[in-house]
Amino acid sequence: MKRHEFVCIMCPMGCNLEVLEDEDVILVKGNQCKRGYEYGVKEISNPTRVLTSTVILKNSYLRRLPVKSDGEIPKGMIKDCVKFLSKIEVSAPVKMGDVIHKNILGTGVDIVSTRTVE
Amino acid sequence: MKYDLVVVGGGPAGLAAAIEARKNGVERIVLIERDRELGGILQQCIHNGFGLHVFGEQLTGPEYAERFINELNNLKIEYLTNTMVLEINDKKEVYILNQELGFRRIEAKAIILSMGCRERTRGAIGIPGFRPAGIFTAGTAQRFINIEGYMVGKKVVILGSGDIGLIMARRLTLEGAKVLAVVELMPYSTGLTRNIVQCLHDYNIPLFFEHTVIDIKGKNRVEGVTIAKVDNNRVPIRGTEVFYECDTLLLSVGLIPENELSRNAGIEIDARTSGPFVNESMETSIEGIFACGNVVHVHDLVDFVTQEAQRAGRGAARYIKGEAIDNGVVIRTVNGNGIRYIVPQKLRLENLNDEINLFMRVDNIYNNCRLDVKLDGKIIKSFKKRKVTPGEMETVKLKKSDLSTYNDCSLSIEVVKE
Amino acid sequence: MFDVAIIGAGVIGCSIARELSKYNLNVALIEKENDVGNVTTKANSAIIHAGYDAKPGTLKGKLNAKGNLMFDELCRELEVPFKRVGSLVLAFDDDEMKTLGKLYEQGIQNGVPELYILSKEKVLEMDPNISDNIKGALYAKTGGIIGPWEFTIALAENAVENGVNIFLSNEVVDIEKKDFGYRIITNKDTYDTKYVVNCAGLYADKINNMVSNNKMEIIPRRGQYYLLDKTVGNLVKYVIFQCPSKLGKGVLVTPTVHGNLLIGPDAEDLIDKTALNTTSEGLNFIVEVARRSVKTLPLNMAITNFAGLRARTERDDFIIEEAVDAKGFINVAGIESPGLSSAPAISLYVIDILKNIAKKIEKKENFNPYRRAIPKFIELSEDEKNELVKKDKRFGKIICRCESITEGEIVSAIHRNVGARTVDAVKRRVRAGMGRCQGGFCSPRVIEILARELGVEMTEIEKDHEGSYILTGPTKSEVQ
Repeated sequence: MKRHEFVCIMCPMGCNLEVLEDEDVILVKGNQCKRGYEYGVKEISNPTRVLTSTVILKNSYLRRLPVKSDGEIPKGMIKDCVKFLSKIEVSAPVKMGDVIHKNILGTGVDIVSTRTVE
Repeated sequence: MKYDLVVVGGGPAGLAAAIEARKNGVERIVLIERDRELGGILQQCIHNGFGLHVFGEQLTGPEYAERFINELNNLKIEYLTNTMVLEINDKKEVYILNQELGFRRIEAKAIILSMGCRERTRGAIGIPGFRPAGIFTAGTAQRFINIEGYMVGKKVVILGSGDIGLIMARRLTLEGAKVLAVVELMPYSTGLTRNIVQCLHDYNIPLFFEHTVIDIKGKNRVEGVTIAKVDNNRVPIRGTEVFYECDTLLLSVGLIPENELSRNAGIEIDARTSGPFVNESMETSIEGIFACGNVVHVHDLVDFVTQEAQRAGRGAARYIKGEAIDNGVVIRTVNGNGIRYIVPQKLRLENLNDEINLFMRVDNIYNNCRLDVKLDGKIIKSFKKRKVTPGEMETVKLKKSDLSTYNDCSLSIEVVKE
Repeated sequence: MFDVAIIGAGVIGCSIARELSKYNLNVALIEKENDVGNVTTKANSAIIHAGYDAKPGTLKGKLNAKGNLMFDELCRELEVPFKRVGSLVLAFDDDEMKTLGKLYEQGIQNGVPELYILSKEKVLEMDPNISDNIKGALYAKTGGIIGPWEFTIALAENAVENGVNIFLSNEVVDIEKKDFGYRIITNKDTYDTKYVVNCAGLYADKINNMVSNNKMEIIPRRGQYYLLDKTVGNLVKYVIFQCPSKLGKGVLVTPTVHGNLLIGPDAEDLIDKTALNTTSEGLNFIVEVARRSVKTLPLNMAITNFAGLRARTERDDFIIEEAVDAKGFINVAGIESPGLSSAPAISLYVIDILKNIAKKIEKKENFNPYRRAIPKFIELSEDEKNELVKKDKRFGKIICRCESITEGEIVSAIHRNVGARTVDAVKRRVRAGMGRCQGGFCSPRVIEILARELGVEMTEIEKDHEGSYILTGPTKSEVQ
């Protein structure tokens, strides 16, 4: 049996969760509501995060373009995605929402621009 | 130059205020921004989490800003960038400077102040030690990294667990820097829980409560900082010192509303918020000058800034059209136990629509408590809270009908432990 | 071959350089720092003392009062901020009232004009924020406040304008005695000169000991300060001292010439000449002592704290003389307080020594005593502002919000004849970053302007001294 500790972020309560994992069974303790339970389960089975970063921007007074993943990426892949993005260069003009890179590292998630640069 | 409304500051507050004023029928509006583009600090807040209350989705700072900038353009509201407001006076004259117009006076029927806030510095908190390069406020570091595209250091200690500091801990880590620790003077964080989890826990960055930086080493560039535990009076405890070798110290130790223009105009400032006293329409002590956003009090969510700015925009529109009612019942808000401040400080009942949101901060962490709203000493409403903390602004929504049977009196809110 | 080489470009070195530039001499001003006035000159009380503190007969006694009276004309010629606000020494008991009497007598002997011993009532009428616990005070009408680094930069600029050669970032590593005079070897270059003036401040001992067997020792005495925001700059109207003690003139509370409030210093003898750090003990001490002088002290308005080192010697007086065993080598050492106040008189004194050694030095005919300051945009009239923006658009763009400093002023500071190379050098010249946000908003822009004007990368721009790099490289280059 594996034991994990998390702080729930579903509301300002910030419950200290204790999550116990044993083959098919996941047990969440310390939560005070259903959302806390779901958070605990997700954090242990498939924690995901939205990635925000910048990429090199050419042809503009700005040197960097802010971008985000258009969906959540497995937490464990965040660093690899950042490393990948550090090699990407984009040229202005760019519009907010433009896809900068499709399906980053096979996650099925696109990287999109989060602002417009003329 | 003559305008109906001059909005000072093109960040989230100014944008929303200008848009709302236009939607409420104000014709000649000009918004003035000192930076080279609109959006204010949102442009450097490239992380997400903005807009849950206003748009029901999680946007990044630039996305949140761009929605408002687009609306501003659609509504054909005039704006000036790279333009500094040098002075405002009680005659509602605004003196501006930019490269094309030079030094100009604008006459306005109404003004909305939305200059935002600045960061508390090392000098303000009086950290002793050397004064090398490598000490940045978190917001300045954020601008360098996210907008200018330059890194500020490789090994970093962060003092203060405000949201910007937490966000920067993650941002620096992802850019390849090593964040050694976040150090917080208080026994609790002044930042949001989700930021502690997603910015610190996710990257195994330690957070030390009741600790502070007591010395800075390094004659030219930071070479290290000494941190120590503090006692209940926030005084460093001898023998608890630990030296951290690092090249950078980031400070996230509080924000201060930027009210130099307001003060010079003669606007009364509330010592509790460091922002102007405002009424239900976000009007300051000078008739026709309104204020909203972080210039009034420091918010932790931009969504609330937007809502407050919309209230200021509507208030200014009513004022310009001569529809504001300045006589009638006045209710003043006062702090009860456990409350540090309440905004607005004054409600003119006749100007309320159906309801009003009161923003406030508590002075400590309280679990399982009530926020009791009292009018003339009588409880008129009570809100159950599982947890309130100084790091998260509380709001209380009151209906006009809750208040309408009262005459001039004071309204207090207090924290009651259950 | 130079006629005179001045080692050290602090207020004393620059003052002497400017004085020498009035003569037909080939002068070199050699400085180890990357800017003038960047050690003791930039961290002190910024006071022009009246001159009653020093014992009559000493060099300090002779030169302070004389120097003080020279500042009006100098600051007019050089366009340097200077205000004769007057100073008060407070007495809290009868003993201290006696001390005031002694100071008064000393002042008269030193030639200080307009000294008065005032009653408590009179003092409180003049400045109601002074403590009710005083018995009386010594009022010196000639006491003043100045921008010490602005003064030094102006002296250097005017000296260079009049032909002085300035060599920054040149640390003297050795001096050789030659038939013609001296060969000065720095980490960068070699300079031959007939005469040497040693104004190396904290390191005057090191320079002296390179040529003289009459060894000297400089003891760094540290003083710590708090600087408060302009909103409380009018807390007191005068420079407020307490009675002097063994360790100096004590903790003062004073407005600065730019409208801030300054409190400090303490006095602590050290060994390390680079210990420019503040300590919680030192800072707590000055606050505690300063609270005696005034009714309220709004420390919550502090915007920075800093420390300075004064160059003290055991002689307890200025040392201004030719080294006995090194002809043509003049020491100007141990220039602790009131060094800034005495600087103009010290220069004249040094010229006299040089005249004695060199016999024939001639005045220049075309010396230009005037140095135009960088225009302070925010202080101009409406018409002047518009005229300037029309002429140069960069004056229409505010870079430093707290102090309202335009891009035009910053660019001008960079391209002066002793131009700014660092962020702090810009700050000292035009006050960008000197305000309450301490450069939080403007530093990215100032770095960008410096990089653009100097034709270098932003990462090459330093905060102050060599090695004080600010940015570690572009983002994306360190991602792991």
